[in-house]
Amino acid sequence: MSNRYLSIENVDMTFTAKGVESQVLKGIDLTVDRGEYISIIGHSGCGKSTLLNIVAGLTESTSGAVILDGKEVNSPGPDRSVVFQNHSLLPWLTVYENVALAVNKTCARTKSKAERHAWIVKNLEMVGMGHALDKRPAEISGGMKQRVGIARALAMEPKVLLLDEPFGALDALTRAHLQEEVMRIQDELGNTVIMITHDVDEAVLLSDRIVMLTNGPSARIGEILDIELPRPRDRIALADDPRYNHYRQEVLRFLYEKQRKVESLAQRRGAGNEKQKDEKEKAKEKRMAKA
Amino acid sequence: MSSMQRSNALAKTASFRWAPDFAAMQQVLVQRVLPPVVIIALLGILWELLCSSPGAVLPPPSQVLRDTWELIVNPFYNHGGNDVGMAWQILASLERVAYGYSLAVVAGIALGVLVGQSTWAMRGLDPVFQVLRTVPPLAWLPISLAGFQDSTPSAIFVIFITAIWPIIINTSVGIRNIPEDYRNVARVLRLNGMEYFTRIMLPAAAPYIFSGLRIGVGLSWLAIVAAEMLIGGVGIGFFIWDAWNASMISDIILALVYVGIVGFVLDRLVAFIGSRVTRGTAQG
Repeated sequence: MSNRYLSIENVDMTFTAKGVESQVLKGIDLTVDRGEYISIIGHSGCGKSTLLNIVAGLTESTSGAVILDGKEVNSPGPDRSVVFQNHSLLPWLTVYENVALAVNKTCARTKSKAERHAWIVKNLEMVGMGHALDKRPAEISGGMKQRVGIARALAMEPKVLLLDEPFGALDALTRAHLQEEVMRIQDELGNTVIMITHDVDEAVLLSDRIVMLTNGPSARIGEILDIELPRPRDRIALADDPRYNHYRQEVLRFLYEKQRKVESLAQRRGAGNEKQKDEKEKAKEKRMAKA
Repeated sequence: MSSMQRSNALAKTASFRWAPDFAAMQQVLVQRVLPPVVIIALLGILWELLCSSPGAVLPPPSQVLRDTWELIVNPFYNHGGNDVGMAWQILASLERVAYGYSLAVVAGIALGVLVGQSTWAMRGLDPVFQVLRTVPPLAWLPISLAGFQDSTPSAIFVIFITAIWPIIINTSVGIRNIPEDYRNVARVLRLNGMEYFTRIMLPAAAPYIFSGLRIGVGLSWLAIVAAEMLIGGVGIGFFIWDAWNASMISDIILALVYVGIVGFVLDRLVAFIGSRVTRGTAQG
């Protein structure tokens, strides 16, 4: 990589609960360029969110380092703003106040009061929420809440925008709509983005690179796929594009052939052989537990 | 009853002709106000019937009204000493409750935040709280009389110690239940301790805190009446005790009605403030 804007260097993460150590991440190395859109994909429980939290500074890695723009990250800060999966807007504040809390905290020195107000409104208008400034989170839909969450994160002018399964809780149509918005904003602002996702289409559509994590415990980076599709990208045109389908297939192959999630598939299949095997294993476990 | 229903029906048809708003009001009146009025009237009649016989020990409501009419119509008289109107008696009690309860609110929320924030403090203090909160309010009175050497601070202390436990416990539960997401938001924004306390912690825990405050105000009103019976002076509790000593059963009954109404109003007041303050705090 030519310029290392963000680098994750040999990060290990081990959680200790009740004296039992479990390694979640092992030797994660990744460099991200300025303005790059990176997706991290993997099966649930593989440690994607842990990795994002380490970059955010919300979780401290066991070893290794995260370096952003020449400085080591060791605590959370507004230069790495996070869009959380469940929006996490403060329900007692209005849409405007939620963004204002972030803006007034992070831009208190650099902007005057009037400038801050304009900045809050501008960011909310950018995500199409200019009409609902005085609404409370309970009064708007899930997609709208996530828009406000994105506006709040963008308003902090982060060096890296961290998206933790930002569209995971939304219905498919709303999700598609928000993906378009994020692409448009990304084209406009050129943010550096790391997004956690488990949606293959979403990853291919939005990313410059897709980082695929192997199954835990001790998840590593399995493969990195460069997505060389021209921007702006149009989901309808791409649906017929052989390159797009090739990328999709690459990710699917990684997730379902190389890193197949054994338990979940066995459960779903329910076919005679697998089931019997499962039961045998269970019986074995029971016997061992008794002994 | 039948005449009541008929007049009601008449009013209903009439109201339709006037204005739809009035009809809605009428409906609320019929649905919300009528049932309690009917029940109270029935209970009054039952009471009247039970206590009207010549050998009855307790006075019937008509007798109570006749005996206490002076007290009811002159709530603000002042003949000096303990001989003051019912309003003054109740205000004196409310004043004691206000002091004790305010102290309990401040100390209870502070301790609740401490216990909610620090696991060490919780492990240390929780057993103490769990034991002390079961001590009945009046059991604190002798020790506080011994400590303060005066009845007024003792009564206030009893209110304080009675009201504080539910406030502490509910506040600490509220603080513990602040979603991890809100903490993370605060961390990403780098809110300092004070900002976190006012912008995140208090509003997030407010529904829990207010349920503690509501229980607390009810308990303090329960305790004040009992405490005042023992310490004397002006106050609704001592008024009841005094009336008992003078065998004025009607006065006692009137005082009980007032105590009940004031307790109800206090409860509703705190609930109302709570619903205003926590408006929008419910998870969206």
